[in-house]
Amino acid sequence: MHFSDIFMKLWNAGLIQKGIWETIYMTVISTVISYVLGLPLGVILNVTGRDGLHPVSWLNRILGLVVNFFRSIPFIVLMVSMLPVAKFVVGSSLGNNAMIVMLVIAATPYIARLVESSLQEINSGVIEAAQAIGCSNFQIVTKVLIPEAKPSLITGGIISMVTILGYSAMAATIGGTGLGQIAIVYGHQRSKPDVTWVCVLLLVIIVQIIQAVGSAIVHRTDKRIRQ
Amino acid sequence: MIELKHLGKTYRTADQEIVALDDINLTIHDGEIFGIIGLSGAGKSTLVRCINLLEVPTSGEVLVDGKSLTALSRSELLKLRQSIGMIFQGFNLLEQRTVLRNVCFPLEIAGVRKQDAKKRARELLDLVGLSDRENSYPSQLSGGQKQRVAIARALATNPKYILCDEATSALDPNTTRAILDLLRKINEELGVTIVVITHEMKVVDHICDRVAVIDRSHIAEEGKVSDVFTNPRSEIARNLIFPRERTVLETQGGKRLRLSFDGQTTCGPHIAEMVLACQAPVSILMANTKELDGVIYGYTIIELPTDVHQADKIVAWLKNSGISFSEVE
Ligand SMILES: Nc1ncnc2c1ncn2[C@@H]1O[C@H](COP(=O)(O)OP(=O)(O)OP(=O)(O)O)[C@@H](O)[C@H]1O
Ligand SMILES: [Mg+2]
Repeated sequence: MHFSDIFMKLWNAGLIQKGIWETIYMTVISTVISYVLGLPLGVILNVTGRDGLHPVSWLNRILGLVVNFFRSIPFIVLMVSMLPVAKFVVGSSLGNNAMIVMLVIAATPYIARLVESSLQEINSGVIEAAQAIGCSNFQIVTKVLIPEAKPSLITGGIISMVTILGYSAMAATIGGTGLGQIAIVYGHQRSKPDVTWVCVLLLVIIVQIIQAVGSAIVHRTDKRIRQ
Repeated sequence: MIELKHLGKTYRTADQEIVALDDINLTIHDGEIFGIIGLSGAGKSTLVRCINLLEVPTSGEVLVDGKSLTALSRSELLKLRQSIGMIFQGFNLLEQRTVLRNVCFPLEIAGVRKQDAKKRARELLDLVGLSDRENSYPSQLSGGQKQRVAIARALATNPKYILCDEATSALDPNTTRAILDLLRKINEELGVTIVVITHEMKVVDHICDRVAVIDRSHIAEEGKVSDVFTNPRSEIARNLIFPRERTVLETQGGKRLRLSFDGQTTCGPHIAEMVLACQAPVSILMANTKELDGVIYGYTIIELPTDVHQADKIVAWLKNSGISFSEVE
């Protein structure tokens, strides 16, 4: 197979390797930040819900509305409209850090819903047993809900990371970096399909690795699986 | 002592009100095993959940050792719950924790030091016969073993009371007996007062000292197990004790008598003796008796011969024998 000159130049200059690194960097950092924000939000959604530990219907409704609002905007539109926010937070609407802001805004509501539904799966009997033992609601969250839902929470984290990886490639259209940018600038705009295909292949490999490592961690963590 | 005074619980759903408990009055004494039996939907779970205020009653009072639970602050209530253990039909163990850490859980909440908690948990696992499984996870245990872990967990904080909501309903008969024996042992050796909720008479039969029968949100009757067994006054108790009663009987036209064995009567071939003594045949239309400690409870319905003379002889014999009987319409 023959690679075009541009591909060879990119490769020899280390730009593709840099793209891989930038993609992984954006994805991992965005996932971590989104999870840190999404986890408490998901817990609040679950706890204040109608069948939750401490129903607070107005709070639940407002949070639910905000979350749904952000989740119903297509990412590409969200990106464009959130450029000023990114500029406000990191001082620029271009570059990796601005993209991370955008990815976090898009992913946090998504993760909050995933967390909410993971916690919902916990058998209500276990919660009842914890209440009978004399646990406060806070203890139930920290010692029962989250530890018991851990495998499911990790699975949600993996799903989010893969989604964020996809978003990060899309972010290239408005100034993001990474493999997405290489594919658009060199592959698409300069009509070099080999560059595009290599980027696609690399993204697929990264997704596979995330998925495989994630599944292994979940399998290790989940004590419901007989070992 | 646990006292329930005029306890009521009404669930309000969007379109209706469901009265789950209505004017329940019960006293559970220290050291006893108290049974609450009733059919599905009678309100048993609601009742037992009111005892530790997992369910807040809509009227009436729950007094534990004289303290009214509804008057307690939230933190006092959480503290008090540590003195009331609870076990469930579904075991409700933490699936992601080992057996040992499950038993440590209430101690962790009570603020006991980790090392002390582990030591106590190991003692309890020994008591319930699971010391070799402390590092297993619940998914690796059988139902009976899970319930043993749940019992150990319920005992961790040295509670004065244990509430059991259908604790054996998910278990096979042998395992049920083993778990009931364990509860009895805990009652006798540790002096823990136990409240047992069940829909099965055999559970009450096996371990309870006193029993309350709950029927459609009301207490239908209450008393010592032997009294309620001997002389069930309520329809529901009769149905629970002798579940297969049928009223349609095929007969030859003779007078029918219902012989009640009320615990005065010791085991023996009474009907055969009667037939031999009177030299008169009877047909047994129905019999539903059980033996408890060498004493019979239950009833037998017999049909007397159509010959009036023979029938009178049998009635006379019965009057003499001390078996109580009445004519069946
Ligand atoms: N959270 C609830 N909301 C509305 N109704 C309820 C609720 N919990 C229980 N009930 C109703 O209260 C009644 C008593 O229920 P409860 O669970 O106490 O019955 P039970 O005697 O424990 O039955 P089972 O043997 O099936 O467990 C039922 O009619 C039930 O539908
Ligand atoms: Mg029930």
